[in-house]
This record gives sequence, C-alpha cells and structure tokens, in this order.
Amino acid sequence: MFPVQDILKLVFGRLGPDAIPHDPIVLGTLAMVTLGGLSLFVAMTYYRVWGTLWRDWITSIDHKKIGIMYIILAVVMLLRGFVDALLMRAQQAMSFGDNTGFLPPHHYDQIFTAHGVLMIFFVAMPVITGFMNYVVPLQIGARDVSFPFLNNFSFWMTASGAVLMMISLFVGEFAATGWLAYPPLSGILQSSGVGVDYYIWALQIAGVGTSLSGINLIATIIKMRAPGMTMMKMPIFTWTALCTNVLIVAAFPVLTAVLALLTLDRTVGTNFFTNDLGGNAMMYVNLIWIWGHPEVYILVLPCFGIFSEVISTYSHKRLFGYASMVYATVVITVLSYVVWLHHFFTMGSGASVNAFFGITTMIISIPTGAKIFNWLFTMYRGRIVFDVPMLWSIGFMVTFVIGGMTGVLLAVPAADFVLHNSLFLIAHFHNVIIGSVVFGMFAGINYWFPKAFGYKLNAFWGKCSFWFWLVGFYMAFMPLYVLGLMGVTRRMSHFEDPSLQIWFQIAAFGAVLIAIGIACFLIQLAVSYRNRGQLRDVTGDPWGGRTLEWSTSSPPPEYNFAFTPVVHELDAWHDMKQRRHQRPVAGFKAIHMPKNTAAGFVIAMLCVVIGFSLTWHMWLVAGLFFVLVLVTVVVHTFNYQRDFYIPADHVTEIENLRTLSLAAQA
Amino acid sequence: MQTSTLSAAGHPVRFYDDGEHHPQQGTLLGFWIYLMSDCLIFAVLFAVYAVLGRGYAAGPSGADLFNLPLVAANTALLLFSSVTYGLAMIGMQHGHKKAVLGWLAVTALFGLGFLGLELFEFAHLIHEGAGPQRSAFLSSFFTLVGTHGLHVTFGTVWLVTLMFQVGRFGLTPENKRRLMCLSMFWHFLDVIWIGVFTFVYLMGVLP
Repeated sequence: MFPVQDILKLVFGRLGPDAIPHDPIVLGTLAMVTLGGLSLFVAMTYYRVWGTLWRDWITSIDHKKIGIMYIILAVVMLLRGFVDALLMRAQQAMSFGDNTGFLPPHHYDQIFTAHGVLMIFFVAMPVITGFMNYVVPLQIGARDVSFPFLNNFSFWMTASGAVLMMISLFVGEFAATGWLAYPPLSGILQSSGVGVDYYIWALQIAGVGTSLSGINLIATIIKMRAPGMTMMKMPIFTWTALCTNVLIVAAFPVLTAVLALLTLDRTVGTNFFTNDLGGNAMMYVNLIWIWGHPEVYILVLPCFGIFSEVISTYSHKRLFGYASMVYATVVITVLSYVVWLHHFFTMGSGASVNAFFGITTMIISIPTGAKIFNWLFTMYRGRIVFDVPMLWSIGFMVTFVIGGMTGVLLAVPAADFVLHNSLFLIAHFHNVIIGSVVFGMFAGINYWFPKAFGYKLNAFWGKCSFWFWLVGFYMAFMPLYVLGLMGVTRRMSHFEDPSLQIWFQIAAFGAVLIAIGIACFLIQLAVSYRNRGQLRDVTGDPWGGRTLEWSTSSPPPEYNFAFTPVVHELDAWHDMKQRRHQRPVAGFKAIHMPKNTAAGFVIAMLCVVIGFSLTWHMWLVAGLFFVLVLVTVVVHTFNYQRDFYIPADHVTEIENLRTLSLAAQA
Repeated sequence: MQTSTLSAAGHPVRFYDDGEHHPQQGTLLGFWIYLMSDCLIFAVLFAVYAVLGRGYAAGPSGADLFNLPLVAANTALLLFSSVTYGLAMIGMQHGHKKAVLGWLAVTALFGLGFLGLELFEFAHLIHEGAGPQRSAFLSSFFTLVGTHGLHVTFGTVWLVTLMFQVGRFGLTPENKRRLMCLSMFWHFLDVIWIGVFTFVYLMGVLP
C-alpha cells in the first residue's frame, strides 16, 4: 500500500548507510572506541558493578555523587578535546607549501569546531558545576541542594549532550563553522548537512541542564545556609558560586533563544539570519556574544573561588580582604554584561560604539587585578606549604596575569583591528582559560580529592603533571602570540610562508609536553588508588582547612552533618577549631533525606534520541519520543513519595565510627 | 550535646544546632528564578522583533495583516483566564477543593479559547502567503507570538494535570505549592501578552 521508500524516509529521515564516515582516522577511532567500550562493558559485568552503579550513582540525588560524576565526565571529554588539539598542532606544524598535512580542510574545520565545543561545554562547564555541586552544600552546612532531583536531571542532561557529541564523531559529521557557528555559514544553504544540527541539539540539551543547575544553586545558597551564616560569613568559594549561578541564569536563556532562532532558520526557512528577505546575521553575532562573554566569566569565577580557598589554606592565613574579594566578584558579574562587543570590534559598529566597549572592557580588568593583589597579600607572611594545589595556584597567578594583559591590549579597538581573529587572539584566550580553568581544575581536584574519596592524591605525580603542563603551556602558546603579531590568521589548515613553520613546530612540541602532563595526571589517579592505604585521610581535615567541608569525615556521610553547624564567624571551621568546639557524640536524631530516582536518567536518555532524530530529520521518531518525555514527566509528578528518614541508630552507628577514628588520632 | 568556651556575654557558645533548624523551602524562589530566565528568553525574542520587525522584504506589514478585533478578543480571553485563576487561588486559600477545580476548568477553557483563536489567526496568515518564511518581520512575529502560545499550551497541560492531582489527592501542601507555581506562570504569561499586543499588534498597525 505505501511504498517502502516513503516509509523509510518517514522513519529514518536523512539517515542512511552513507552516514558512517569513510575517513581512515575516524574509522580507526571508531574501532578503538568500540574495542575500549566493549572491554569496559565486559569488565563491569565480570566485576558485577551494574547494580551498584545504578543504585548508588546513576539514580543518586546526592550532590556529592553528582559532583563527582560531573568531574569524571569533564576529565573523559578533556581527553577527546585534547586529542583534537594534538591533531591541529600536528597539522599546522607540517602543512607548508606542497605538504598538505594529513587533514583535509573540511575535516580540519570540524576538528577545531569540536575542540572548542568540547572544551567549553563538556569540560569547563561540567568541571565548575561539579565543584560547585560537591563543595557548596558542605561549605554552607547543608545536607544537599534545594532541588536534589533536578540536580540529578541536570547532570544527565549535560551527559546527554556529551553523548550526542560522541555520536556525531561516528555517525554523520560535525559542524565545520567554529564553536559559535555564525550564520550565514551555519545557515541551511551553506551547511546543509547534519553537523550544525548536532551542534545545536547537543548545546540545547546540555543548556537545559546548566540552566536548571543555576537555579538550583542560587536557591540553595539563599535558602539553605546554616544558622548564623550571614552572606558576609559565607566562604569565598560559595560567593563565587553564587555569582556564577546568577550569570548562568541570566546568560543561558539568551543562548537557548538564539540557537532556537538558528534552528528555525535551518528547518522552517525563517529569515532571522539569512542574507535576504530582511535577515541580519549581525543580530546573531550580537546575541551569541551577549551570552558568550558572561559565559567566560561563568568559567572563571568559580576558579577564582577555588584559588582563594587553596591559597588561604596553604598559607595558613585567612584570605586577605574578604569584603573586597566579594565586591570584586559582584562587580565582575555585573560588568560582564557590558563588554560583549569587544568580540567583534571589526564588524562595523563605528568608533563611538567601539570606544564605549573598549573602555568597559578595560574597566572589567580592574576587579580581577584587585583579586591578584589580595591573593599575594594572603601569601605574604603566611607559613606557605608548596603542596600540589598551591603550585597550581602560583602557576595560575603568573599565567592569568600575562593572559589578562594581552586581553587589555586587545581591548584597544585600533589594536584589535590588526589582531582580531589572529593567532594572538587564540593565544590570549587559551592563556586566560587554561591559566584559570584548567589550573583551577587541577588545584581543586588535588585539594578536595581526599574529602571526596578518603585518601590523598600522590604528590610526586601531581607535581610532574603540574610542571609538564606549565612548561608545555608556555611552549605551546607563546609562539602563537609571535605568529599573531606577524599577522597569521586563526583556523588555517595550510600555510605557504615557510618562515612561520618553526613557531608551529615549537607549539606542537609544547602540546606534546601537555599530553605528558595529562598522562602524569592519569598515572597519579592510578598510583593513588593503588596506594590508598598509605594515603588515607583519617581526620577529614588533611590540610588544616578553614571552611565547614573539612569538619566532616572523608568521605562525608550521605547526610553530611549529623547536627547542622551553627556559624559565628567567617572561616567557620577554623573558628570552631580555635575555640575548641566539642563534636557531639550522642543524642543523634533521625535525618530526613530525598530518595534516589531513575526519572532524570530516563528523561535525559530520551532526549538523546530526540536530539539525534531531530538532527537527522526523523520527525516521527522525534515527535514520538517528545510525547514519551512529556508522559514520563507527568508520571513522575504523580510520585509524591520522594523522601525517607535515616533512622537515628543508623546515624549513631556512623557517627560512632567517626568518634573512634578521631580518638585513634589523638 | 556539649559546648565549650563562653561567649562575651558569658553564655556557652553553641557550635551545633540541636535539631530545631530546618532549611527553608526553596520551591517558590526557585520557580520565580526560572520564570525570570524565561522572561529573558522573551526579552531576546522582543529584541529580535525590535531589530528585524520592519524587515517586510516588500511583503505585507503589520498594518496590512493584523486583525485587531480578533486580537482584542484573544486578549480578553487571556486576561479573564488570569482572573479566574486568581479565583481558583482564593478557593485554595479557603480550602475549597470544588471551587479550585471549577475555576481551574474555566481557566483552561479560556486558555484553550485563546489558543484556538491564535491558531486560526496563524492559519489565516499562512493561507494568505504571509507565513514565517515570507520575511524577517513575519519570522519574528510568528516566533514571538508562537513561543508565547507554546507556553500557554504547556501551561494548560500542566493545569489539567494539576486538576487530576488535586482531584485525587486533595489540597495537600505539595499540591498547593504546585498551584502557586502555576499561578506565577499563568500571570507571567499574561504580562508577556500585554507586551506582545502593545509592541507587536498596536504599534504594528501604526504607519
């Protein structure tokens, strides 16, 4: 009755057997990933971890588990994003004159696009969200976030976006437009394939997760602080988390809207960003950067918070100028909304508009400068211990200042007219992002790892990782400043001028050093796990911390605190230690906790199918799964039994173990 | 539970709460923050309409297309639906389940009426060749008004679901919280509509 062709078209859209790429590099990767994935699957079945995985991790609404999962996701995606970087460095080091390298331009373009998308959305965002999730409730003396189910859902939505990114590598192609996908290049006429659609749906799905996470953490910080913890007695990391989440809630809706408009242009044929019928591509550029600039502050502010905590702890001194640090963070938050045009000085807004944004861009560097001074004054006359997190912090201060200074140079519109979209720009933003976010990630991981897992990370491999990263970073990016000043444009896969080659070769070598640094980090994880007996943290406070998370055991019990702490001063735990608090050893009560749930995971996985089917124009499948999502949500709302009580004697048991272990230390 | 060290006034300093402290409920604050983020999405759509809204591409303009009596009828339906939702909330305050369900049903009917008229308007425009693909003005019109309509649709689905839940489980604290959240959502949609009919329809028919 119905021709087979039509039914196939209705169900499968534009998906066909030619969707699997023939490129040998991609096929080789697919083979490795399949093999690796299969062995992991077999190992997990052999060791019978599926049940535990489902019960204790996938369906967990515990902020600590969710925070750890975010960071694991980030580290895994870092590996893929970094491979992209190595591919680019290798291509640019060899592709001169007759030698066209090993990456044809269309493939190269997808690599730099994927590199940007992965690093920003699936490494940096999950890492900061993971830290905020894990640490903030503990720092404010709470048992969990305000909306634990939404927290689980947010994580799985981010993971779904990552899954779509991974699928895009093996089925079809990815966007070849750069990580911000400007139209008209990203419009339907110039990118008619699936690449930009994968990009859009991966970001929209992950964006839902991030936005909800933002709402969650703001409500948590406003509503769930321990008694006595006024705003100006909150730990500095919690302050930076609050400002970051305000930025998230205020910025991500813009991304959602602008990507939706691009989707309409590509699918329905609207004319928002087309070249004809009234469209204006410059509107896209404005909107995407109105999101994009706050986004980079979203990435950086939590890292400033991490460094504040680390520097204060390892200098054995309270943070210098706490109030000014808070004001500086708030000022940065507000100002980040009035600088966005500096990303496109050359688009033709004219001298007056450019001057305004150039000035605001320079002004925003001032609060950050104040922070650097505060960190230095914290260290001054402290009793500094150069543990791994402190090394990363010092590395950050030097690196970020250099990157910041090149930023102030770029803030001058006249200079930017020469340097816009050159390798100088690439060097600048990698300088600031790696300096703050990557260094912050490693500082935070080394700092809070014992809290999360109960044993410290091996210091030797940590220091190796740090030094390879530091030297590698400078070797990889300083040549790019030189090349940029010489006029070399970004995103090029082939060059004619052989005098440039040496710089690219140095940069490639730097990237190899960074690769060794990442390898050292992975070795650090393995060696620490193997030696976890000797590295055990029995007190819960391995570094002499000042904030409340260090008052719990390592790892903390699921309820965090048997009795909610009462706060009197800033650096509450330090205050408690100074005044010789006595930890309660009896009289424990039953504790009210939220239940685990599968709903978040289920909905997020349904969203993967929706994203995939929308990409491939499989409208029937997309519609069906959308209805399934709605049904799942409605069914979930009929579940009113979402909580339970941990019995008092169970709490007593756990707390008694801690009492014993603390007594053994004394 | 032991405490040590005396405060300045000579009382023992407490470092641990004795179980009196209950963290505050964040649902209404959280929902309000979500609503403000939704408002930002509409702000972007309004901004896009402001920039592209005179891009007629030699095609029909608002003056040519807008049927103001229809829009007036739509507006009346939506505004009245807000009033009836308010009456449902008064019923909730007094614990009258039947009043709540009754007024919610009327609200849903007004909402469906609004959506029906809007779909009729859209269908008519598309039939005239003034669909979203015709020009940037029409793209931004359909997207702004359509996004509002989508929100009303989801709000109506939520409303019907809540009617089932209140009907079956009664006016529990959980259900009351949900009714308050939907209340904020519904009135918010009203406010957005006021923005829409002012900037799009009323200003759109001016020369």
